[in-house]
Amino acid sequence: MSKSHPTFDKLDPLNPSANQHLLNRRNFIKSLSLGSYGLMANGLIATGLLGSQNAMALASKPPLGHVVIIGGGYAGTTAAKYIRMWSLNNIAVTVIEKSSQFVSCPVSNLVLGGSKNINELTFGYDLVQKNHGIEWVHDEVTGIDTVARKVKMARGEISYDRLIIAPGIDFMYESLPNLATEEAQQLVPNAWKAGWQTVNLRKQLEALSDGSIFVMSIPKAPYRCPPGPYERACQVASYFKAHKPASKVIVLDANAEIISKKALFTKVFNEMYANMIDYRPNSLIVEVDVANKTAKTEFETVEADVLNIIPPQRAGKAAQILSLNNIDKRWCEVDFLTYESKIAANVHVIGDSVSSGLPKSAHMATSQARVCASAIVALMSQQQPDPAPVFANTCYSYVNDKMAIHVANVYRYDATKKIMLAADGGGVSDKPSELEASYAAAWANNIWSDVLT
Amino acid sequence: MLSSHTLNNKRLRLAYFDCVLTSSVLLIMSTLITSVAQAAEVISIKPAPNLHIRTLAASCAACHGTNGNPINVKNFTALPILAGLDTQYFITQMLAFKSGERPATVMHHHAKGLTIDEINLLAIYFSQQKRISGISPKPQLLKADHE
Ligand SMILES: Cc1cc2nc3c(=O)[nH]c(=O)nc-3n(C[C@H](O)[C@H](O)[C@H](O)COP(=O)(O)OP(=O)(O)OC[C@H]3O[C@@H](n4cnc5c(N)ncnc54)[C@H](O)[C@@H]3O)c2cc1C
Repeated sequence: MSKSHPTFDKLDPLNPSANQHLLNRRNFIKSLSLGSYGLMANGLIATGLLGSQNAMALASKPPLGHVVIIGGGYAGTTAAKYIRMWSLNNIAVTVIEKSSQFVSCPVSNLVLGGSKNINELTFGYDLVQKNHGIEWVHDEVTGIDTVARKVKMARGEISYDRLIIAPGIDFMYESLPNLATEEAQQLVPNAWKAGWQTVNLRKQLEALSDGSIFVMSIPKAPYRCPPGPYERACQVASYFKAHKPASKVIVLDANAEIISKKALFTKVFNEMYANMIDYRPNSLIVEVDVANKTAKTEFETVEADVLNIIPPQRAGKAAQILSLNNIDKRWCEVDFLTYESKIAANVHVIGDSVSSGLPKSAHMATSQARVCASAIVALMSQQQPDPAPVFANTCYSYVNDKMAIHVANVYRYDATKKIMLAADGGGVSDKPSELEASYAAAWANNIWSDVLT
Repeated sequence: MLSSHTLNNKRLRLAYFDCVLTSSVLLIMSTLITSVAQAAEVISIKPAPNLHIRTLAASCAACHGTNGNPINVKNFTALPILAGLDTQYFITQMLAFKSGERPATVMHHHAKGLTIDEINLLAIYFSQQKRISGISPKPQLLKADHE
């Protein structure tokens, strides 16, 4: 014990001021353990790192343990909040997140269409931290030791009782090496993680003259957000239709057909954007010429004025550390009752990194996070997790600046197959509508509220 | 057996447990809860919740807010507040979505996937949630150091 908690050994319980410089360090939490928690909590009150109310609660009630979460995206932040809520604050939670801001991928295609600004989708983590007493470490995870149960970061390390890994996706540049550098991505952004690449891509679209060609590519499924690329094609086409009507959108899809909301997107492409969206299935990108903005498929070479290649994806780097991505060396196999990894004990994986056969969506990431949170609270309280989880998923796509469509399903644990399966009764919209765009806005605002406050 | 725990609503709790747990599991859990509660004086404050329904209910949060309290913003249709909703009203509406009697854009796709038991228990769960107003995080300018 003492070996894995070096900071704690140095603390002097009789001399709080002497401890301050130690506790003030970002990695103070590494001394966290059941035995030391009361003292730690007192120290944290002294340093102002914890609100006194939270710290008092921690000091007077021994916690059930400490959960560390890697990645504060949709999945990780939701898990943090719900573990705190459902354990009645009796489990300590630390989130390690490399970015200081949360930028939503959902709705980010509307930045390309021009009806939203990136600053409307960018938020801080202050409220969720404060409201739920979550410890927040702004750092990048570089290593995990499952024997000592420690996470290593660029600037310190932290011990855990249970670990949740929620790092989203990593791009596989092996097949497209020309796109691996930052400079290449300045010229040919993927904008598949919302942020500056989204802003960059919008600027490139704005700079186009009428009669230009936008080329985008879609990797083979599974990838993050199945309907997302088709929504993107609609958003760019919607912008062109209003401002550059002689321009074209060429969609190079590695899949044999539109893989989500197919009938709806086909109709929208053919009717709303007739002669503007040119959809080409079975078009796997084999090479990209960055300087000339040219994409090569097995069959043709396509020149673009603006080129947007969405690379193939796999589980985020933090999930690769322990080789948890055992399915096709890409996605992580988990137990769907707890989201515990099939590779490492006491390590859970949630969000886009999971191999589930289900759409990789933000709503799905939050649902997985809550099943995982519920199971972890149960396990750490010596209770049995829910043996048959059920959750809902709704995914909206905007077809222009005013109308949206959805796909919605309830998913149910199948005890024989041991996977989550879509229940009967799910489905898609009859047609695009303004009412659904209003629901889509409600969805975004409510999921942001649920995740971030 | 159940009455040994602090319970406000015994009928509710029984209904909760009947849905997902066999009585033998219940017995084990009940024993475990008691021992943990004694050890940590933590769990005994509130009745053990039905994990199945609580997690299912929480997946409605993307549209209906945390614990059924959606936020209300001017530029879009406010969604129904599920927290504190009358159980009978909830059940009637969900069954109407399920049968197709009440036309919907989205809700029929959810209602049809749920069992009658789940609808009944969701009704009880949401009726027990306190109505509070949901809060929105404040948008910020994207910082230069973000990816
Ligand atoms: C254009 C687009 C549109 C979309 N639209 C929708 C939509 O309308 N509806 C919907 O439901 N879904 C949508 N999605 C999908 C959704 O964005 C993802 O499914 C969701 O973000 C997955 O959540 P996650 O927590 O797994 O990953 P993320 O949200 O990406 O979070 C991962 C977090 O981990 C952090 N991280 C990674 N590695 C480390 C490390 N080593 N150390 C510390 N921190 C780390 C990252 O900084 C990040 O904050 C869309 C996606 C895109 C790209």
